[in-house]
Amino acid sequence: MKEPAASERLDATFLALADPTRRAILARLARKEASVNELAEPFAMSQPAVSKHLRVLERAGLISVSQDGQRRPRRLEVRPLVEASAWIERYRDLWEQNYTRLDALLQELQEQPAKRTRKKS
Amino acid sequence: MTTTHTAQVSTPSDREVKVTRAFRAPRALVYRAYTEPALVQRWLLGPPGWTMPVCEMDVRVGGKYRWRWRSNEDQTEFGFSGVFREVEPGRKLVHTETYDAGSHAVGESGAESLVTVLFEEQDGITTLTSLMDFGSKEARDAAVATGMTDGIEQSYQLLDKLLAEPR
Repeated sequence: MKEPAASERLDATFLALADPTRRAILARLARKEASVNELAEPFAMSQPAVSKHLRVLERAGLISVSQDGQRRPRRLEVRPLVEASAWIERYRDLWEQNYTRLDALLQELQEQPAKRTRKKS
Repeated sequence: MTTTHTAQVSTPSDREVKVTRAFRAPRALVYRAYTEPALVQRWLLGPPGWTMPVCEMDVRVGGKYRWRWRSNEDQTEFGFSGVFREVEPGRKLVHTETYDAGSHAVGESGAESLVTVLFEEQDGITTLTSLMDFGSKEARDAAVATGMTDGIEQSYQLLDKLLAEPR
């Protein structure tokens, strides 16, 4: 079978990260796990509104729910984040390797007239 | 002054990827390095261990190009080819780009994108912008993921190590 969902997972991750509130929620969870109520507090948002964001984050695998008696705290899951940043980083790296060579070439081309003069003298 | 201008990658829409990079050189020179095959072959090489044995470019509207890379390690090859749709010398290129997985056999052959390349100069610094439109989100993600599995795997290994560390 084909790697099922590498690209679908990335879509979900990027969609989830495209919203500032969701990024703030993740930043909050990076410090410590938190319940829906605790998460709603600093965002001046209704609980249903926060729950909606949490569902998007959950679908992207960016958070998980643990069971702690009555509390169901949300936890940050780092793996999709690593995958998403690897995607961009690796892509950037590929280009940057080419562009570093292009830098050197451009510098060489700009120095060429000077080289010729040096040869003459 | 040694300002570094590393490449910036963004996703302006869910079917596109944009890469921008500034070069300390005049626009006309960057354009030359981008369109003269003998020069292109010296920098458009991708990861270490690859050479570009084939670089043919007929840079005019309707003109074709063909790029092919070969791995020093196992001699496998892959390439891109396409047609120039717009040519504004020194300023802008628009070309199609069709992927051929060749004997390297990574990713799917036939995937086509439309690439717009802009050359903009300010105060002796030329900004090169490549906007790649893959037609759909699925095609974009597949194209970008091609050849990048190593990177993701490396990240996973780093992550595994990190997670294994005692807290």
